[in-house]
Amino acid sequence: MSETAAEPKMAITVDFSGGLEMLFSNQRRHALSIPAHDKDGKPSNIAFLISHLCKTLMKDPRTDLFVLDDHIRPGILVLINDADWELEGEEAYEIQPGDNILFVSTLHGG
Amino acid sequence: MTADTGAASAAPMKSNDRRLTYEEFERYSRQMIVPGMGKHGQLRLINSRILIIGAGGLGCPAAQYIAGAGVGTIGIVDGDTVEISNLHRQVGHATSRLGWKKVDSLIAHLKDINPLPNYIPHPFHLDPQNAADIITQYDLVMDCTDNPATRYLISDVCVLLRKPLVSAASVQKSGQLIVLNCPPAPQGLVDKKYPPCYRCCFKKPPPPSSMVSCGEAGIMGPVVGMMGVAQAGEAIKIIASALHLPPSSTNDLTAPIPERNLQQPTLLIYTYDLESAVGPYSFRALRMAGRRKNCFACGENSTLTLEGIKTGNPNYVTFCSPPTTDHALPPEDRITASKYHETRARGELPAHLLIDTREKEHFSFGAIDGAINVPFGRFLMNAAAIKRDGGPPDQILPAEAALGDDTPIFVVCRRGLDSQETVEKLKELGVDHGGKRKIMDIVGGMKAWKDEVDPTFPFV
Repeated sequence: MSETAAEPKMAITVDFSGGLEMLFSNQRRHALSIPAHDKDGKPSNIAFLISHLCKTLMKDPRTDLFVLDDHIRPGILVLINDADWELEGEEAYEIQPGDNILFVSTLHGG
Repeated sequence: MTADTGAASAAPMKSNDRRLTYEEFERYSRQMIVPGMGKHGQLRLINSRILIIGAGGLGCPAAQYIAGAGVGTIGIVDGDTVEISNLHRQVGHATSRLGWKKVDSLIAHLKDINPLPNYIPHPFHLDPQNAADIITQYDLVMDCTDNPATRYLISDVCVLLRKPLVSAASVQKSGQLIVLNCPPAPQGLVDKKYPPCYRCCFKKPPPPSSMVSCGEAGIMGPVVGMMGVAQAGEAIKIIASALHLPPSSTNDLTAPIPERNLQQPTLLIYTYDLESAVGPYSFRALRMAGRRKNCFACGENSTLTLEGIKTGNPNYVTFCSPPTTDHALPPEDRITASKYHETRARGELPAHLLIDTREKEHFSFGAIDGAINVPFGRFLMNAAAIKRDGGPPDQILPAEAALGDDTPIFVVCRRGLDSQETVEKLKELGVDHGGKRKIMDIVGGMKAWKDEVDPTFPFV
């Protein structure tokens, strides 16, 4: 997407579950190559990834089902390599090559 | 047959070291010989009291195994009655018991599986007024409910009464399972890796607009069944191995919790896919954080009390469904289902386009004559694309509909919300050609069509 050719990238996988896949072309797993740094040159973190996903991967216009007030909406868990993001520093976690990030919406039915 | 309220875990006559009766021995032999179980595990089950809240898709399969395993006292809470649309997944009910209270239907089924336990029906919904009085009668709680307000209520009361909670949920093609508050630690203790409560893991409920229920989104029987069965498995394990109690003195609930019982909190998620076989990501075990220092319910400065809950503090309903800013279309942009039907039948409606925005699965069961299916999600995506890339607004309309500039458009959906948003979006794009073309929504959707026009309509 970006025009700057020399921009370093890193490969990660992003998964969606609990119905969120519906907002991302009904595809549960996405192998992505994302910029290694944000526009200020800082290492890409989860906050950057969330806005990056909204801009590049999400074709559905209902972004409010994923993001509210620039943060992940309530009711969505973020898992970094299968661990709750709270164990890893939440939005500030700096993404490493090969990371798996899972977004799962909490269910209430039964 | 009534519950002996008050006594916490060891009521008299409930020996954890007695001979099993011949029937008990015969009935439970296959599970008792499993390594780690034995007679002691079985007696703990027989002497325990489990509360199952919700007798639906989770509660039915869960209860079958709880009853079969020989848990001595089994309470079931549910205020609903059995409907035919329940039966594909709620395996504790039956066609012959349609219209029964769910608790009575399920208990009839459980008694047939195992007549030995004491079954206690609570034939009403759990609410802030009755929750503590019911939960206090049991040793362990299983959350098999279907709405967030009740889920937060159950967790809060379990924190305050120090009951372990096995919680599961399921919608459409996904399921989730987590053991909470086990072993239960006193409210406010945060100095160790104490287990989380429901609020620690799920701080805030999702906005109502993003929530779907089984009634709206559908649910596959084996998916919710799998989660209910897994819940029973966790509950049986906790009781039989006394994972919720200090190891030696089973009576002293205030004894410090041994390290061995402080385990990694884990959220199990199950994803079922109608288009692919079981794969590496069908089950995932996710590592969750422990008790949250600032948790509203169990954290160090929590002000949550049982008295507060009873008197409406916190308010679970407003917490889970804050007032929405939904604005209805003006009346002149709306038509009732019956008026649409009558004017159309009298030939008074001009040639028009009728758009049905339900998902294609819903549309496939039936629609109003001549309706064209434009599923809402796809419509929104196309609308956004036109807005972004430009192009004639009428491009959003189905190609097969040849329309004049002033051909009116009617929009119908399932219950009357998406149709209003569709009308607004169409006008925003300019499809109304500056007012030359009338665009209206049918009030109340196909639900209203069924109620007002055609009672035989196959509405789901």
